[in-house]
Amino acid sequence: MIPAAFDYKRASSAAEAISLVSQYGSDAKFLAGGHSLLPLMKLRLAQPAMLIDIGRVKDLSYIKDAGNHIAIGALTRHMDVETSKVLREHAPLLSHAAGHVGDAQVRHRGTIGGSIAHADPASDLPATTLALGATYVVQGPKGQREIAATKFYKGFLESDLAADEMLIEIRVPKMQGAGWSFQKFNRRAQDWAIVGVAAWRRKGEAGVALVNMGSTPILATSVATAIAKGASISDAAAMASNEADPQSDLNASTDYRKHLASVLVRRALEAASK
Amino acid sequence: MKVSITVNGKEHQSDVEPRTLLVHYIREVIGLTGTNVGCDTSSCGACTLHMNGEAVKSCTILAVQADGASVTTIEGLAKDGVMHPMQTAFMENHGLQCGYCTPGMVMAAIGLLNENPKPTEEQVRMGLEGNLCRCTGYHNIVKSVLAAASAK
Repeated sequence: MIPAAFDYKRASSAAEAISLVSQYGSDAKFLAGGHSLLPLMKLRLAQPAMLIDIGRVKDLSYIKDAGNHIAIGALTRHMDVETSKVLREHAPLLSHAAGHVGDAQVRHRGTIGGSIAHADPASDLPATTLALGATYVVQGPKGQREIAATKFYKGFLESDLAADEMLIEIRVPKMQGAGWSFQKFNRRAQDWAIVGVAAWRRKGEAGVALVNMGSTPILATSVATAIAKGASISDAAAMASNEADPQSDLNASTDYRKHLASVLVRRALEAASK
Repeated sequence: MKVSITVNGKEHQSDVEPRTLLVHYIREVIGLTGTNVGCDTSSCGACTLHMNGEAVKSCTILAVQADGASVTTIEGLAKDGVMHPMQTAFMENHGLQCGYCTPGMVMAAIGLLNENPKPTEEQVRMGLEGNLCRCTGYHNIVKSVLAAASAK
Protein backbone atom coordinates (compact mmCIF):
# COMPACT_ATOMS: atom_id res chain seq x y z
CA MET A 1 0.00 0.00 0.00
CA ILE A 2 1.32 3.40 -0.97
CA PRO A 3 0.04 6.70 0.45
CA ALA A 4 -1.62 9.26 -1.81
CA ALA A 5 0.88 11.76 -3.19
CA PHE A 6 1.88 14.66 -0.94
CA ASP A 7 4.44 17.43 -0.82
CA TYR A 8 7.21 17.13 1.73
CA LYS A 9 9.14 19.76 3.69
CA ARG A 10 11.71 19.24 6.37
CA ALA A 11 11.86 21.52 9.41
CA SER A 12 15.05 21.96 11.39
CA SER A 13 13.45 23.70 14.38
CA ALA A 14 10.05 24.02 16.06
CA ALA A 15 9.84 27.66 14.90
CA GLU A 16 10.46 26.64 11.27
CA ALA A 17 7.87 23.84 11.54
CA ILE A 18 5.25 26.28 12.87
CA SER A 19 6.01 28.82 10.18
CA LEU A 20 5.64 26.09 7.52
CA VAL A 21 2.34 24.84 8.95
CA SER A 22 1.04 28.43 9.07
CA GLN A 23 1.68 28.66 5.32
CA TYR A 24 -0.04 25.40 4.40
CA GLY A 25 -2.85 25.41 6.96
CA SER A 26 -5.05 22.41 7.68
CA ASP A 27 -3.83 20.51 4.57
CA ALA A 28 -0.50 20.00 6.35
CA LYS A 29 0.39 17.40 8.99
CA PHE A 30 3.49 17.07 11.13
CA LEU A 31 5.47 13.87 10.62
CA ALA A 32 7.54 12.72 13.61
CA GLY A 33 8.26 8.97 13.80
CA GLY A 34 5.33 8.37 11.48
CA HIS A 35 4.14 5.22 13.19
CA SER A 36 0.58 6.49 13.70
CA LEU A 37 0.30 8.77 10.66
CA LEU A 38 1.85 6.63 7.91
CA PRO A 39 -0.43 3.59 8.50
CA LEU A 40 -3.46 5.92 8.27
CA MET A 41 -2.07 7.41 5.04
CA LYS A 42 -1.36 3.98 3.55
CA LEU A 43 -4.97 2.97 4.26
CA ARG A 44 -6.05 6.34 2.73
CA LEU A 45 -7.84 7.22 5.95
CA ALA A 46 -5.67 10.34 5.92
CA GLN A 47 -4.56 12.23 2.81
CA PRO A 48 -2.65 15.35 3.88
CA ALA A 49 -1.43 17.44 0.94
CA MET A 50 1.73 18.42 2.81
CA LEU A 51 3.90 16.58 5.34
CA ILE A 52 6.20 18.67 7.49
CA ASP A 53 8.92 16.35 8.74
CA ILE A 54 9.89 17.34 12.29
CA GLY A 55 11.81 14.10 12.89
CA ARG A 56 15.15 15.90 12.61
CA VAL A 57 14.40 18.59 15.23
CA LYS A 58 16.97 17.07 17.56
CA ASP A 59 16.65 19.65 20.35
CA LEU A 60 13.15 18.31 21.12
CA SER A 61 14.50 14.90 22.15
CA TYR A 62 15.41 15.06 25.85
CA ILE A 63 14.43 13.91 29.33
CA LYS A 64 15.29 16.42 32.06
CA ASP A 65 14.82 16.54 35.81
CA ALA A 66 13.08 19.90 36.30
CA GLY A 67 12.64 19.83 40.09
CA ASN A 68 9.08 18.79 40.88
CA HIS A 69 8.49 17.35 37.42
CA ILE A 70 10.31 15.59 34.59
CA ALA A 71 10.35 17.45 31.26
CA ILE A 72 10.25 15.23 28.18
CA GLY A 73 10.84 16.62 24.70
CA ALA A 74 7.99 15.76 22.33
CA LEU A 75 10.32 14.00 19.88
CA THR A 76 11.72 11.62 22.51
CA ARG A 77 11.27 8.08 21.21
CA HIS A 78 9.38 5.40 23.14
CA MET A 79 12.61 3.40 23.46
CA ASP A 80 14.31 6.36 25.16
CA VAL A 81 11.36 6.89 27.51
CA GLU A 82 11.38 3.16 28.34
CA THR A 83 15.09 3.03 29.16
CA SER A 84 15.53 6.45 30.80
CA LYS A 85 17.14 6.23 34.27
CA VAL A 86 15.56 9.55 35.27
CA LEU A 87 12.07 8.32 34.38
CA ARG A 88 12.61 4.90 35.92
CA GLU A 89 13.40 6.69 39.18
CA HIS A 90 10.81 9.49 39.15
CA ALA A 91 8.01 8.29 36.83
CA PRO A 92 8.38 4.51 36.58
CA LEU A 93 4.74 4.09 35.48
CA LEU A 94 5.50 6.08 32.31
CA SER A 95 8.76 4.34 31.41
CA HIS A 96 7.11 0.94 31.99
CA ALA A 97 4.08 1.85 29.84
CA ALA A 98 6.37 3.12 27.06
CA GLY A 99 7.90 -0.37 26.97
CA HIS A 100 4.45 -1.75 26.11
CA VAL A 101 3.86 0.46 23.06
CA GLY A 102 3.88 -1.69 19.90
CA ASP A 103 7.11 -3.65 19.61
CA ALA A 104 10.85 -2.89 19.65
CA GLN A 105 10.90 -1.77 16.01
CA VAL A 106 7.96 0.59 16.60
CA ARG A 107 9.56 1.93 19.81
CA HIS A 108 12.74 2.79 17.88
CA ARG A 109 10.74 5.19 15.69
CA GLY A 110 7.57 6.31 17.49
CA THR A 111 7.70 9.37 19.74
CA ILE A 112 5.85 10.31 22.94
CA GLY A 113 4.74 13.62 21.41
CA GLY A 114 3.48 11.92 18.27
CA SER A 115 1.44 9.46 20.31
CA ILE A 116 -0.11 12.20 22.45
CA ALA A 117 -0.80 14.60 19.56
CA HIS A 118 -2.44 11.73 17.65
CA ALA A 119 -4.85 11.42 20.63
CA ASP A 120 -5.79 7.81 20.00
CA PRO A 121 -7.82 6.55 22.99
CA ALA A 122 -6.37 3.06 22.34
CA SER A 123 -2.77 4.25 22.74
CA ASP A 124 -0.94 3.67 26.01
CA LEU A 125 0.81 6.99 26.61
CA PRO A 126 -2.13 9.43 26.38
CA ALA A 127 -3.90 7.58 29.23
CA THR A 128 -0.69 7.07 31.22
CA THR A 129 0.26 10.76 31.15
CA LEU A 130 -3.38 11.59 31.99
CA ALA A 131 -3.25 9.34 35.08
CA LEU A 132 -0.01 11.04 36.15
CA GLY A 133 -1.50 14.55 35.92
CA ALA A 134 0.83 15.63 33.12
CA THR A 135 0.87 19.04 31.45
CA TYR A 136 1.55 19.42 27.74
CA VAL A 137 3.43 22.44 26.38
CA VAL A 138 2.48 23.52 22.85
CA GLN A 139 3.98 26.19 20.63
CA GLY A 140 2.17 28.24 18.03
CA PRO A 141 2.77 31.42 16.03
CA LYS A 142 1.96 33.53 19.12
CA GLY A 143 4.19 31.63 21.52
CA GLN A 144 3.79 28.80 24.00
CA ARG A 145 0.89 27.68 26.16
CA GLU A 146 0.41 24.89 28.66
CA ILE A 147 -2.54 22.51 28.49
CA ALA A 148 -3.41 20.13 31.34
CA ALA A 149 -3.79 16.56 30.08
CA THR A 150 -7.31 16.64 31.60
CA LYS A 151 -8.26 19.43 29.12
CA PHE A 152 -6.36 18.17 26.07
CA TYR A 153 -8.41 15.29 24.66
CA LYS A 154 -11.54 16.46 22.84
CA GLY A 155 -12.75 13.43 20.87
CA PHE A 156 -11.59 10.47 18.79
CA LEU A 157 -8.17 11.52 17.38
CA GLU A 158 -9.06 15.12 18.32
CA SER A 159 -7.15 17.31 20.72
CA ASP A 160 -7.01 20.91 21.85
CA LEU A 161 -4.04 21.51 19.49
CA ALA A 162 -4.80 24.15 16.87
CA ALA A 163 -3.79 23.42 13.27
CA ASP A 164 -0.80 25.75 13.58
CA GLU A 165 0.34 24.51 17.00
CA MET A 166 2.94 21.88 17.76
CA LEU A 167 3.33 19.83 20.93
CA ILE A 168 6.86 20.45 22.16
CA GLU A 169 7.12 19.14 25.74
CA ILE A 170 5.40 16.78 28.18
CA ARG A 171 5.74 17.61 31.89
CA VAL A 172 5.16 14.70 34.24
CA PRO A 173 5.00 15.32 38.01
CA LYS A 174 7.44 13.16 39.96
CA MET A 175 5.68 10.14 41.44
CA GLN A 176 7.36 10.61 44.86
CA GLY A 177 7.56 6.88 45.50
CA ALA A 178 3.88 6.16 44.79
CA GLY A 179 2.95 2.54 44.05
CA TRP A 180 1.91 1.97 40.44
CA SER A 181 0.71 -0.55 37.91
CA PHE A 182 0.08 -0.71 34.18
CA GLN A 183 -2.38 -3.36 33.02
CA LYS A 184 -2.78 -4.07 29.34
CA PHE A 185 -5.16 -6.72 28.06
CA ASN A 186 -4.67 -7.67 24.43
CA ARG A 187 -4.77 -10.71 22.17
CA ARG A 188 -1.30 -10.45 20.62
CA ALA A 189 1.73 -9.14 22.51
CA GLN A 190 2.29 -6.14 20.20
CA ASP A 191 -1.37 -5.11 19.83
CA TRP A 192 -3.23 -2.11 21.09
CA ALA A 193 -4.99 -2.75 24.40
CA ILE A 194 -8.56 -4.05 24.26
CA VAL A 195 -8.67 -2.33 27.64
CA GLY A 196 -5.71 -0.86 29.50
CA VAL A 197 -5.29 0.74 32.93
CA ALA A 198 -2.58 3.08 34.20
CA ALA A 199 -2.77 3.58 37.97
CA TRP A 200 -0.77 4.95 40.88
CA ARG A 201 -1.50 5.11 44.60
CA ARG A 202 0.04 6.92 47.55
CA LYS A 203 -1.91 6.09 50.73
CA GLY A 204 -5.29 7.84 50.35
CA GLU A 205 -4.46 9.35 46.99
CA ALA A 206 -4.76 7.61 43.63
CA GLY A 207 -4.79 8.34 39.91
CA VAL A 208 -6.39 5.96 37.43
CA ALA A 209 -6.81 6.34 33.65
CA LEU A 210 -8.27 3.95 31.10
CA VAL A 211 -7.07 2.99 27.62
CA ASN A 212 -9.64 2.26 24.88
CA MET A 213 -12.70 2.86 27.06
CA GLY A 214 -14.25 5.71 25.06
CA SER A 215 -13.52 8.20 22.31
CA THR A 216 -10.74 9.76 24.42
CA PRO A 217 -8.44 8.42 27.14
CA ILE A 218 -10.59 8.37 30.29
CA LEU A 219 -9.66 9.64 33.75
CA ALA A 220 -11.48 7.37 36.21
CA THR A 221 -12.20 10.08 38.77
CA SER A 222 -14.88 8.06 40.60
CA VAL A 223 -12.29 5.40 41.44
CA ALA A 224 -9.78 7.97 42.72
CA THR A 225 -12.46 9.74 44.78
CA ALA A 226 -13.63 6.45 46.29
CA ILE A 227 -10.06 5.55 47.30
CA ALA A 228 -9.63 9.01 48.84
CA LYS A 229 -12.79 8.45 50.88
CA GLY A 230 -11.44 5.13 52.18
CA ALA A 231 -13.39 2.69 49.99
CA SER A 232 -12.01 -0.83 49.56
CA ILE A 233 -10.16 -1.58 46.33
CA SER A 234 -12.94 -3.82 45.03
CA ASP A 235 -15.65 -1.22 45.80
CA ALA A 236 -13.58 1.47 44.08
CA ALA A 237 -12.82 -0.78 41.08
CA ALA A 238 -16.55 -1.42 40.60
CA MET A 239 -16.80 2.27 39.58
CA ALA A 240 -14.14 1.88 36.88
CA SER A 241 -16.52 2.64 34.00
CA ASN A 242 -18.43 5.54 35.61
CA GLU A 243 -16.74 8.09 33.33
CA ALA A 244 -16.24 5.74 30.36
CA ASP A 245 -18.32 5.14 27.25
CA PRO A 246 -16.68 2.19 25.50
CA GLN A 247 -17.54 1.06 21.97
CA SER A 248 -18.33 -2.44 20.81
CA ASP A 249 -16.00 -3.73 18.12
CA LEU A 250 -14.58 -6.99 16.74
CA ASN A 251 -12.48 -7.51 19.85
CA ALA A 252 -14.97 -6.80 22.61
CA SER A 253 -18.51 -5.66 23.34
CA THR A 254 -19.28 -2.62 25.46
CA ASP A 255 -20.32 -4.80 28.42
CA TYR A 256 -17.23 -6.96 28.15
CA ARG A 257 -15.02 -3.85 28.14
CA LYS A 258 -16.77 -2.51 31.24
CA HIS A 259 -16.29 -5.83 33.02
CA LEU A 260 -12.65 -5.95 31.95
CA ALA A 261 -12.07 -2.38 33.15
CA SER A 262 -13.27 -3.19 36.67
CA VAL A 263 -11.12 -6.35 36.81
CA LEU A 264 -8.02 -4.54 35.53
CA VAL A 265 -8.55 -1.51 37.80
CA ARG A 266 -8.82 -3.86 40.79
CA ARG A 267 -5.62 -5.67 39.78
CA ALA A 268 -3.84 -2.36 39.15
CA LEU A 269 -4.85 -0.89 42.52
CA GLU A 270 -3.87 -4.11 44.33
CA ALA A 271 -0.45 -4.04 42.68
CA ALA A 272 -0.07 -0.31 43.34
CA SER A 273 -0.97 -0.76 47.01
CA LYS A 274 1.80 -3.25 47.79
CA MET B 1 13.28 14.53 -3.95
CA LYS B 2 16.97 13.65 -3.88
CA VAL B 3 18.05 11.27 -1.13
CA SER B 4 21.38 9.80 -0.18
CA ILE B 5 21.11 6.49 1.66
CA THR B 6 23.95 4.12 2.52
CA VAL B 7 22.78 0.55 1.98
CA ASN B 8 25.04 -2.25 3.22
CA GLY B 9 28.02 0.10 3.25
CA LYS B 10 27.50 1.57 -0.22
CA GLU B 11 26.12 5.08 -0.67
CA HIS B 12 23.29 5.50 -3.17
CA GLN B 13 21.98 8.81 -4.56
CA SER B 14 18.42 8.59 -5.87
CA ASP B 15 15.52 10.82 -6.80
CA VAL B 16 12.36 9.49 -5.15
CA GLU B 17 8.76 10.57 -4.73
CA PRO B 18 8.16 11.65 -1.10
CA ARG B 19 5.57 8.87 -0.71
CA THR B 20 8.09 6.13 -1.55
CA LEU B 21 8.32 3.72 1.38
CA LEU B 22 11.77 2.65 2.51
CA VAL B 23 10.97 -1.00 1.79
CA HIS B 24 9.98 -0.19 -1.80
CA TYR B 25 13.12 1.92 -2.19
CA ILE B 26 15.28 -1.01 -1.02
CA ARG B 27 13.47 -3.60 -3.15
CA GLU B 28 12.70 -1.66 -6.31
CA VAL B 29 15.26 1.16 -6.54
CA ILE B 30 18.29 -0.60 -5.03
CA GLY B 31 17.10 -4.04 -6.19
CA LEU B 32 17.66 -5.91 -2.94
CA THR B 33 14.63 -8.19 -2.55
CA GLY B 34 15.67 -10.05 0.60
CA THR B 35 13.61 -7.63 2.69
CA ASN B 36 10.01 -8.83 2.37
CA VAL B 37 6.67 -7.04 2.55
CA GLY B 38 4.25 -9.06 4.65
CA CYS B 39 1.26 -7.37 6.26
CA ASP B 40 2.27 -3.89 5.04
CA THR B 41 0.76 -2.42 8.23
CA SER B 42 3.76 -2.60 10.63
CA SER B 43 2.38 -5.64 12.44
CA CYS B 44 4.30 -8.64 11.03
CA GLY B 45 7.92 -7.49 10.97
CA ALA B 46 8.81 -9.17 7.63
CA CYS B 47 10.21 -5.83 6.41
CA THR B 48 12.53 -5.37 9.42
CA LEU B 49 15.96 -3.99 8.58
CA HIS B 50 18.49 -1.88 10.48
CA MET B 51 18.54 1.89 10.17
CA ASN B 52 21.53 3.48 11.90
CA GLY B 53 22.04 0.21 13.77
CA GLU B 54 18.51 -0.25 15.09
CA ALA B 55 15.79 -2.67 13.96
CA VAL B 56 12.91 -0.80 12.29
CA LYS B 57 9.94 -1.67 10.09
CA SER B 58 10.70 -0.36 6.62
CA CYS B 59 7.06 -0.49 5.45
CA THR B 60 6.28 2.36 7.86
CA ILE B 61 9.19 4.65 7.06
CA LEU B 62 9.45 6.96 4.05
CA ALA B 63 12.65 6.81 2.04
CA VAL B 64 12.93 10.59 2.56
CA GLN B 65 13.00 9.97 6.33
CA ALA B 66 16.01 7.70 5.78
CA ASP B 67 17.91 10.37 3.83
CA GLY B 68 21.45 10.41 5.22
CA ALA B 69 20.95 7.17 7.15
CA SER B 70 22.89 3.95 7.01
CA VAL B 71 20.73 0.91 6.30
CA THR B 72 21.66 -2.75 6.68
CA THR B 73 19.52 -5.44 5.05
CA ILE B 74 19.72 -9.23 5.24
CA GLU B 75 22.03 -9.14 2.18
CA GLY B 76 24.53 -7.03 4.12
CA LEU B 77 25.10 -9.52 6.95
CA ALA B 78 27.43 -12.10 5.38
CA LYS B 79 31.06 -11.01 5.11
CA ASP B 80 33.30 -12.55 2.41
CA GLY B 81 30.91 -15.44 1.91
CA VAL B 82 30.75 -16.24 5.64
CA MET B 83 27.30 -16.02 7.17
CA HIS B 84 26.57 -13.83 10.19
CA PRO B 85 26.49 -15.92 13.43
CA MET B 86 22.71 -15.32 13.65
CA GLN B 87 22.21 -16.74 10.15
CA THR B 88 24.34 -19.77 11.09
CA ALA B 89 22.31 -20.25 14.28
CA PHE B 90 19.04 -20.17 12.30
CA MET B 91 20.44 -22.76 9.87
CA GLU B 92 21.77 -25.08 12.56
CA ASN B 93 18.63 -24.90 14.72
CA HIS B 94 16.10 -25.18 11.90
CA GLY B 95 14.92 -21.65 12.70
CA LEU B 96 13.01 -21.38 9.44
CA GLN B 97 10.27 -23.26 7.65
CA CYS B 98 8.82 -21.44 4.63
CA GLY B 99 11.40 -18.68 5.10
CA TYR B 100 9.14 -15.70 4.48
CA CYS B 101 9.57 -14.14 7.94
CA THR B 102 13.25 -15.14 8.16
CA PRO B 103 15.02 -11.99 6.90
CA GLY B 104 12.94 -9.80 9.23
CA MET B 105 13.26 -12.31 12.06
CA VAL B 106 17.08 -12.42 11.72
CA MET B 107 17.36 -8.62 11.58
CA ALA B 108 15.09 -8.24 14.63
CA ALA B 109 17.05 -10.95 16.49
CA ILE B 110 20.39 -9.23 15.82
CA GLY B 111 18.86 -5.95 17.01
CA LEU B 112 17.63 -7.71 20.14
CA LEU B 113 21.09 -9.09 20.99
CA ASN B 114 22.68 -5.68 20.33
CA GLU B 115 20.47 -4.26 23.08
CA ASN B 116 20.48 -7.32 25.37
CA PRO B 117 23.41 -9.67 24.61
CA LYS B 118 22.37 -12.44 27.03
CA PRO B 119 18.57 -12.59 27.02
CA THR B 120 16.46 -15.18 28.81
CA GLU B 121 14.07 -17.28 26.73
CA GLU B 122 11.19 -15.05 27.83
CA GLN B 123 13.14 -11.93 26.84
CA VAL B 124 13.73 -13.43 23.39
CA ARG B 125 10.02 -14.17 22.99
CA MET B 126 9.06 -10.66 24.11
CA GLY B 127 11.89 -9.10 22.12
CA LEU B 128 10.54 -10.68 18.93
CA GLU B 129 6.92 -9.67 19.63
CA GLY B 130 6.99 -7.50 16.51
CA ASN B 131 7.71 -10.41 14.16
CA LEU B 132 5.12 -12.99 13.13
CA CYS B 133 5.93 -16.40 11.66
CA ARG B 134 3.08 -17.64 9.49
CA CYS B 135 4.35 -21.25 9.91
CA THR B 136 4.10 -20.66 13.71
CA GLY B 137 7.67 -21.96 13.93
CA TYR B 138 8.55 -19.90 16.97
CA HIS B 139 10.07 -22.72 19.01
CA ASN B 140 13.14 -23.14 16.80
CA ILE B 141 13.41 -19.40 16.12
CA VAL B 142 13.75 -18.79 19.87
CA LYS B 143 16.21 -21.69 20.08
CA SER B 144 18.27 -20.14 17.26
CA VAL B 145 18.46 -16.74 18.96
CA LEU B 146 19.47 -18.29 22.28
CA ALA B 147 22.13 -20.35 20.46
CA ALA B 148 23.49 -17.22 18.76
CA ALA B 149 23.57 -15.43 22.13
CA SER B 150 25.49 -18.23 23.84
CA ALA B 151 27.91 -18.54 20.89
CA LYS B 152 28.99 -14.91 21.38
